[in-house]
Amino acid sequence: MAAEAHPIPSAHAESAEHEELREQLMFDPRPREEMNRMVMEAMTETTPRYWTVVGILAVIVAVCLFGVWGWMIFEGTGTAGIRRPVYWGMFIVTFVFWIGISHAGTFVSAILRVFKAEFRRPFTRAAELMTTFGLAAGALYPLIHLGRVWVFYWMIPYPNARWLWPNFRSPLEWDLMAITTYLLSSTIYLYLPLIPDLAMGRDRTSGWRHIFFKTLALGWRGTEAEWFRLKTAINIFAFAIIPVMFSVHTIVSWDFAVSQTGAWNSTIFGPYFIVGAILSGVSAVITILIVLRGTLKHMTYFIRLEHIDALGKLILIFSMAWGYFFFNDYLVSWYGGYEVTRSILSLHASGPEAWIWYCMLCFNVVIPWLTLWNRKWRRTPWLMFIVTVLINVGMYFERYTIVPMTLAHQRLPFDWGTYAPRVADTFIPIGSFFFFILLYMLASRLIPLIPVWEVREGQEAHIIRKIGKTHIPSVSDLD
Amino acid sequence: MAEEQYPARWGMVIDMNVCTGCQACVTACNMENNIPWVGEDDAGYGRTMHWMRIHRTWSGEELEAKPTFQPVMCQQCGRAPCEPVCPVFATVHSLDERINVQVYNRCIGTRYCANNCPYFARNFNWFDYSYQIPAPMNYYLNPNVTVRRRGVMEKCSFCVQRIHEVEDRAKAEGRAIHDGEVQSACAQACPVDAIVYGDLSDPESRVSAAARSQRRFVLLEELGTHPAVTYLKGEGNYGG
Repeated sequence: MAAEAHPIPSAHAESAEHEELREQLMFDPRPREEMNRMVMEAMTETTPRYWTVVGILAVIVAVCLFGVWGWMIFEGTGTAGIRRPVYWGMFIVTFVFWIGISHAGTFVSAILRVFKAEFRRPFTRAAELMTTFGLAAGALYPLIHLGRVWVFYWMIPYPNARWLWPNFRSPLEWDLMAITTYLLSSTIYLYLPLIPDLAMGRDRTSGWRHIFFKTLALGWRGTEAEWFRLKTAINIFAFAIIPVMFSVHTIVSWDFAVSQTGAWNSTIFGPYFIVGAILSGVSAVITILIVLRGTLKHMTYFIRLEHIDALGKLILIFSMAWGYFFFNDYLVSWYGGYEVTRSILSLHASGPEAWIWYCMLCFNVVIPWLTLWNRKWRRTPWLMFIVTVLINVGMYFERYTIVPMTLAHQRLPFDWGTYAPRVADTFIPIGSFFFFILLYMLASRLIPLIPVWEVREGQEAHIIRKIGKTHIPSVSDLD
Repeated sequence: MAEEQYPARWGMVIDMNVCTGCQACVTACNMENNIPWVGEDDAGYGRTMHWMRIHRTWSGEELEAKPTFQPVMCQQCGRAPCEPVCPVFATVHSLDERINVQVYNRCIGTRYCANNCPYFARNFNWFDYSYQIPAPMNYYLNPNVTVRRRGVMEKCSFCVQRIHEVEDRAKAEGRAIHDGEVQSACAQACPVDAIVYGDLSDPESRVSAAARSQRRFVLLEELGTHPAVTYLKGEGNYGG
């Protein structure tokens, strides 16, 4: 009755609501062929600027990463700044950083898929690529930091002429297994949803690209049976990869936690590392999405402010969780009353490198908490870019605090020391950073960065559920 | 030690009461075990390779501060933290000498053992130091001890080459090893006899008698590493 009494305002409200909904990708569908064309154009149309950047990056990677690494192998690990008592420095810090970054792909793509968070659709692939390339950059470090990298294969368990089996009690051995498993499974998990898009590319290209797509698409024709099998496989992997993801960073944290080194020997390290990894990883996803929006063609249609907004909320939650675990680390030491841990933790905040500790808290807690609560700020790309980059700097500092700054002040004060990176451990991390960007840039021209079929599936098959004041698209009935 | 007996538990007692911090043990150890000189720059950077170091700590007020000297080397832990963390079994417990041995040829240089050693007794070969010894100086090298390459970890071996030498001689002569027959380089060089080296499993030996002293303590006992090195607490004499 009330609706009949006020027909005009209600119609206005509906159309305004409709306009608001069209801001979301799910409610702004475009024809299938147009979307395919947009994705293909984003991939095939490259500017000279792109090639210049790729060239410069390739030179930097060749010199800083592989050149300096080769020099370090030839000369000795002493070209890095590590010395007694800090035997692990920037290499391990950067290793943990990259493994952390690689968590976001799985988190965004698998966990959000399992929980049917529909906003994930357009950027799952961008996040999964980040996982694979983050792992590729990170997996170099267990090799780089070795004193004798030319015999690294002695860690691999295989029947050998030395009659030696690796030590499965060593966390480094667990690391090797966990990272290999994660690299393999995340690559498969990247590849499975890629197959229909590769077939889409195969049908719309010629020349070497056609051969490339044809080979990788494995003869995909898009029959009902193929879709059924693909979806089953993706579902299995989405569930199976979640424990793998949790185990990887837990095991990385065990490198520290199962040792008896003061302030490493902490039961909180497993979840603490996971939360930190997801915080840095999701932040890196946002950074990359903003860069993609700005540089790739047609990306403003697929990656919208709503996505940055939704991921921003996730970061805020994970920043709070990280803050809790950080605080918990101190809580345990206060109640535990172990003098060594207490003195190390207080030296983090008062020692010679305390500025790192303060920057870490500022970037990981203060800045996200001050900015991310605001919807308007979460939808401002340049601001989000700065915030997410700062969070990753803060997470890098967190690992720096945990590794060299903790090793520097152990139980016997006679052996206290400091650490500062030298040539090798300055340039190699820089090189690996550009290595990641280079891989990503090359991949952006080789495979479709947007999972078109997933976006289309969302646009076609969703129903709208109203929860509170918001409209949530939901595809759950389809499965 | 008779042959049918359980293998000796080699151990050491260091009397901080008489240690003057003269560093003779450090020098003797360097010569015995082919420990390389790292050069001025690296030494200044904190990369000296000494297998044992004299920890010097000060107590008391500024003007009347007294030093305490404590020679610290690998404690040859019975439950060594370095052993389980090595992925390639480069640091293992030897059954024959019951000490903790480092196998240079297996080491791939993860340096995890050094991080997990609470005594920081381990040294890493940052460069090929031993290969940079100028020509006539290479004659100082002890032929019984391996020269280490870059990228491997090393540490005090309790002069295992000396143990083997004496064991072989005693076996050839068909007798047990006398107490005091095996001497580590540091114990031999100590001018005040602050370091006693011997078989802890023999209750009659001089080292076991010294280890039963009222003044005994082991370094970082709360970690439960069961070190083979026992310290005797200094009582303020001779600055100890």
